[in-house]
Amino acid sequence: MTPDKHFRDGLVAGEIRLQRCSSCHAHIFFPRVLCPACHGTDLDWVNASGQGEVYTFTTVRQRPEKGDDYNVSMIELAEGVRMMTRVDGDPCDVAIGMRVFAYVGEIDGKPAVLCRKTEE
Amino acid sequence: MNHALRGKSAIVGLGVAGLGESPGLTSWDIMAQSAQTALADAGLALKDVDGLFCAMMEDSMPVLMAAEYLGIRPRYVDGTLTGGSSFVNYLASATAALDAGLCDVALVCYGSNQRTASGKLVTASRLPPYEAPYKPRYPVSGYAMAAQRHMHKYGTTREQLADVAVAARDWATHNPEAFMRDPITREDVLASRMVSDPLSKLDCCLVTDGGGAMVLTRADRAKDHAKTPVYILGAAAESTHRQISQMPDFTVTAAVESGKRAFAMAGVKPSDIDVLELYDAFTINTILFLEDLGYCAKGEGGAFVADGRIAPGGSLAVNTNGGGLSCTHPGMYGIFTVIEAAHQIRGTAPGIKLDGVDLALAHGNGGVLSSQVTAILGSEATL
Ligand SMILES: [Zn+2]
Repeated sequence: MTPDKHFRDGLVAGEIRLQRCSSCHAHIFFPRVLCPACHGTDLDWVNASGQGEVYTFTTVRQRPEKGDDYNVSMIELAEGVRMMTRVDGDPCDVAIGMRVFAYVGEIDGKPAVLCRKTEE
Repeated sequence: MNHALRGKSAIVGLGVAGLGESPGLTSWDIMAQSAQTALADAGLALKDVDGLFCAMMEDSMPVLMAAEYLGIRPRYVDGTLTGGSSFVNYLASATAALDAGLCDVALVCYGSNQRTASGKLVTASRLPPYEAPYKPRYPVSGYAMAAQRHMHKYGTTREQLADVAVAARDWATHNPEAFMRDPITREDVLASRMVSDPLSKLDCCLVTDGGGAMVLTRADRAKDHAKTPVYILGAAAESTHRQISQMPDFTVTAAVESGKRAFAMAGVKPSDIDVLELYDAFTINTILFLEDLGYCAKGEGGAFVADGRIAPGGSLAVNTNGGGLSCTHPGMYGIFTVIEAAHQIRGTAPGIKLDGVDLALAHGNGGVLSSQVTAILGSEATL
């Protein structure tokens, strides 16, 4: 088992792969060799549904010569895991509790989990 | 029944060096000057030190580098790095080591030249791989997201965050050692440049040079030294995460548990404490720690700090040196919470000296609200 590699290979394939513990059924992110909830080691992989919600966020401010302000968000996926990501669009439009859809996009030429606001 | 380690060790020497700006000095120079000052305060010398407790940003084996620089060969060392809380944590390990006879004179020391060397926060931390691509500004963005969540959940306002900065500055105006001593208003904080919403420049700690050191011995020989001993009554740690994304609840820190155990070890309750020194890396910290240490209910910290309650003349003395927000913040501030707490008990604080302080609380924070360490210090009367 190579958890980090399997996750990253997933991103390259356009999939957000999460681990799930066979013992306690918790979903796990970030990838690892044991379940942090029950310490079981029998883990399998599922693809995330993509459904999620903004738990909290910030707008990182930059001096104009360095570039635009940008969003950093914590999202909770429907599976119950939390991860850092970026919500597309105007950072001023992001709010806690906003429904988002997580997908594999690109940051600096590398695949990364990004989010877009879902229509209510 | 008293905890076995309650009151078994004492701080017998305190020292600081290079606070503010110390151009041309290395972090190790400042650490060593702090150590010399604290040892002189105790009436001891480096040759007496046989236990060394040190963390620095500049090396992966800082306690070894420090021993080499100081020219000592300690028989007990602890270089555990939990961020800024490390130095409060050393009160627990030093007390245990002293009590067990693993060392007799414990030196806790730190120094940094990060203001004059780079002008920004120097950190040995690399961003975790699952967070790095999103470029959070480390560490402020983590604290900003905690503040945002607290505001959403409890209606805490930027004005209330600003009140924390104003109170800290008010204390600092009376402290000749403080780096920022011009009074500020709530409006100044709100108008300062936004760094990572909702935290603006004046919601963030300073970037200064500086170092601090403390000398500890067993309580039974503490009175042999030059200054009034300050006893370690309780010290306890808890951590919840390293990466901010893994923090269980962004509005509740592990200070709930570290505080509970430190108070239990000391056999005192929050209302017994005369003065609190809390690691205020950002204004939200003070609010979170007041809640988590039991000074107000969860969610009420914003209202609690309003109306000058934690400012000079208020009903609760918090961060009496001006804190990391206005006194000094050379990368890691934790050691200064203990130094100021001990000074208040001794009656030797550089700024406002409170009357009749017998019990003081020092609280260290490390990482991104990751590590919390609470210590309760007491005068001889509290033993
Ligand atoms: Zn499990």
